[in-house]
Amino acid sequence: MTPRRRKRLTAVALLVLGVGTAAAITMTALQDNMLYFIAPSDIQTSELPPERNFRLGGLVEAGSIQRDPNSLAVVFTVTDGAHSVPVTYAGILPDLFREGQGVIAQGRLDENGMFQAREVLARHDETYMPPEVASALERAGAPHGVLE
Amino acid sequence: MIRLLLPLIVFGGLVGLLLIGMQTAEERKIVASPLVGRPIPNFELPRLHEPNISTSTADRLGEVWVLNVWGSWCQSCRIEHPYVGRLAEESGVPVVGFNWKDEQADAKRWLSQFGDVWAYHMVDFEGRSAIDLGVYGAPETFLIDQRGIIRHKHIGPIDESVLRDLLARIDRLKQEASS
Amino acid sequence: MIAELGQVFLSLALILALVLSTVPLYGAYKNRPALMAMAHTLVIGHFVFALAAYTALSIAFFNHDFTVTYVATNSNLLLPWYYRLSAVWGGHEGSLLLWILMLAGWMLLVSLLSRSLPRAFIARVLAVMGMISVGFLLFTLLTSNPFDRLIPGPLDGQDLNPLLQDPGMIFHPPLLYMGYVGFAVAFGFAIAGLLGGRVESQWVKWSRPWTLMAWAFLTVGIALGSWWAYYELGWGGWWFWDPVENASFIPWLIGTALIHSQAVTEKRGAFPAWTVLLAIAAFSMSLLGTFLVRSGVLTSVHAFANDPERGMFILGFMIVVTGGALVLYALRAPRIMTGKGFDFMSRETLLLLNNVFFAVSAAMVLLGTLYPLIIDMMGWGQISVGPPYFGAMFVLLMTPIVVLMPLGPFSRWGKDQLLRVVYPLLGSLALSLVAALIIVALLDAWSARAITGWMGGLWLILGSLHYLFDRKKTSRFGLPRHQLGMIMAHAGVGVFIIGVAMVESATYERDVRLTPSESVSIAGYEFTLQEVVSVKGQNWIADEARFAITKDGELVQEMAPQKRLYHRSGQTMTQVALRPGVFKDLYIAMGEELDAQSNAWSIRIHIKPFIRWIWGGALLLALGATLAATDRRYRLKQKQSASDGLSTSAASIT
Repeated sequence: MTPRRRKRLTAVALLVLGVGTAAAITMTALQDNMLYFIAPSDIQTSELPPERNFRLGGLVEAGSIQRDPNSLAVVFTVTDGAHSVPVTYAGILPDLFREGQGVIAQGRLDENGMFQAREVLARHDETYMPPEVASALERAGAPHGVLE
Repeated sequence: MIRLLLPLIVFGGLVGLLLIGMQTAEERKIVASPLVGRPIPNFELPRLHEPNISTSTADRLGEVWVLNVWGSWCQSCRIEHPYVGRLAEESGVPVVGFNWKDEQADAKRWLSQFGDVWAYHMVDFEGRSAIDLGVYGAPETFLIDQRGIIRHKHIGPIDESVLRDLLARIDRLKQEASS
Repeated sequence: MIAELGQVFLSLALILALVLSTVPLYGAYKNRPALMAMAHTLVIGHFVFALAAYTALSIAFFNHDFTVTYVATNSNLLLPWYYRLSAVWGGHEGSLLLWILMLAGWMLLVSLLSRSLPRAFIARVLAVMGMISVGFLLFTLLTSNPFDRLIPGPLDGQDLNPLLQDPGMIFHPPLLYMGYVGFAVAFGFAIAGLLGGRVESQWVKWSRPWTLMAWAFLTVGIALGSWWAYYELGWGGWWFWDPVENASFIPWLIGTALIHSQAVTEKRGAFPAWTVLLAIAAFSMSLLGTFLVRSGVLTSVHAFANDPERGMFILGFMIVVTGGALVLYALRAPRIMTGKGFDFMSRETLLLLNNVFFAVSAAMVLLGTLYPLIIDMMGWGQISVGPPYFGAMFVLLMTPIVVLMPLGPFSRWGKDQLLRVVYPLLGSLALSLVAALIIVALLDAWSARAITGWMGGLWLILGSLHYLFDRKKTSRFGLPRHQLGMIMAHAGVGVFIIGVAMVESATYERDVRLTPSESVSIAGYEFTLQEVVSVKGQNWIADEARFAITKDGELVQEMAPQKRLYHRSGQTMTQVALRPGVFKDLYIAMGEELDAQSNAWSIRIHIKPFIRWIWGGALLLALGATLAATDRRYRLKQKQSASDGLSTSAASIT
């Protein structure tokens, strides 16, 4: 094997190793940060693994918003027309959060069937605007990530 | 050789993914309208021009029909108006208006200015029934089959291509109903 | 009338672009100077008509011509004149028109500043850019015409989105587009190089200043978007990893790799094929970004925005542009000459590593962005990828870059010894490690993130300054601009890293319920809500919360965040109150009224340390790139008579 060949071989081996490691790390990171999107009906019909975070999407049921008088805690119901799920949240709700409007709550389901939201995002509809803006607008009601 | 074609192959894969993504984009939107594939909620609302007559969504059971959500305050409804007219004309099925969060006088003035192309209007001034229906905004258009199931929902104004799509869907639903 | 004129101008621009994309190319192929020279005239005409069309739409906005659908949906009578003019790019159709105008502008500049380049070469560059313009003009005229009429027109239009009624948002999209479109120049140069049958260091050198400028624009555009999101949205965040942001970030990452690989190819002739690929990729990713955000393939919540027809058009265009470029690459790459070899320890290797890590980062962001699509295609359900994926992966991939970056300038081309490179930097390294610990102690911000952030940031800043002084000592004439620019940009990365590390590790965030005269104390500051009052603006009304902030009993600042309701659209907007500072920002945003009787409000209070450093660093990056782009070594000499000989030889190869 000439030195030149050997150098090439080492380079290729390093490359393969690097790409392999990178791919493995990436896939793990992806799996860990995947959030499934579910509707209230899915909660009724399927077994959801506990201790896992979800994004629950639907409409805020009319007349269901109840606030705690002394803190930022709030309880409301998210419905998809067929089923509904109660959601608790403590924090500031987005500007676009309204009865009858679409929301996405991110969090987990507790043993009592109550959805504990860590984050509430409001969906938004608006006649056309540039995507750069539309997305920013969404973020106005969405601290992280994008809405489906 | 492979090295030279590799970028092209990767790009081809990407394009393939995006193409399929485009095809399924609509299916993925179903999440945004959870009622698609479910029966239309049953509610009874007064008519716009005859406030003492109430109509229910169940009245139309047995035929394919269209429910079009609009309001006089909604700019895009103004833009889709000519297409709603053509939809009513060319589809041959009833196109019912769902007058949402409006004022009676405003709605009537709007209709007299631009023309009333709907079969009749169900009015929901407080927007209660709209919540059951999962209305996000106006305009929205629902296609309902003869069994009363919402088969399709279009969010946003109807334009030429949407109109063609809706007409094709209505034709399919009519065939389904007759067979 | 004005709308029809605009339409005519656009069509004329399209005709000129069609001629431009064919005739000069044929001229270059047949070596006919007259045909090649036509490119310059065509480019001027193309620009004039694009500008005329743009002006026509601006006039329609200025005069409240609501019979134009686009004007009716993006403006109204109450809108002040400056927002009426910026509303031109407030929607999809108009922003495309702006895009076309910018492309025409870049083409004009290329034509004016590159007269001394070989005739055949510049004819090819302009022809390729003309093809791109054809695509965008067709896209506009066929699917997104801003001049469509609405007859009879409404008396008043809809509002321009309140979020757009803000200086930050006025300039964010144009700067971003300048960057996207600017990569078309680098793309044009690369394709012209391939068409010419040889890719050599020459054209890489010519295209470098253009790449640097495009990259600088993109950097400022992205930074401006981040800054705007911070002060306008009320969440206190500066980056969200959402698909739209990613769509602009991927071209930026590729562009960064491109800038560095161009340096190697120009100076040493090494990995030229890779440079060509990156130039193709940078512009293709700009197109992909456009596709992702305008087709509805990813964010289907923009139901109104989504138009499959538009998506298909962009996708088709992408297949032609990128696919065509890659086919050409596959055919011509074997002819690309290879440069000098290099040792494992050399500047080439360091720059190669830079390229690997930036390219992998871009792939990683792209994968995360498209992953929901892949999962959905497999039928595994609807998912989204959480920001922690991007954050963790990015830190992982950027760490080696930060460690190696200061070594780059000190290393030699071709062959070097590790010790020789590292030795002079040991002082800076030690200093940055010690200084980081001292600073973190002084700030009392003990955390792994803050410490490593300061270490990395100081290492970049000190390492870059070290190089500056080193060179100052040895060179009598001072540093050339391209080196100063590089130092500035590298130090800018350091400033940026410090900002990110501090914001992510030492931010105080509290969401509280407050009634008037109540107060809350955070990090030594006492925030007292004095009263909530109603205030009125030109086209909005608002609740305003008046705060007094004290520290150790002394008044620091009075702040008044607002919750605005815009009349026309009925939209609510959070107006953040900010006390900006070099070392920390105080940030208050109003949530909602919880109880009308007691006037209780939910209030979000943040103390954000060093957040200005994030944008400051980005600004240094852009300034550095601009400085480098204006270096005299890129200035083309007027009498480059040898170029004509070169053009004939290039043409004969074709």
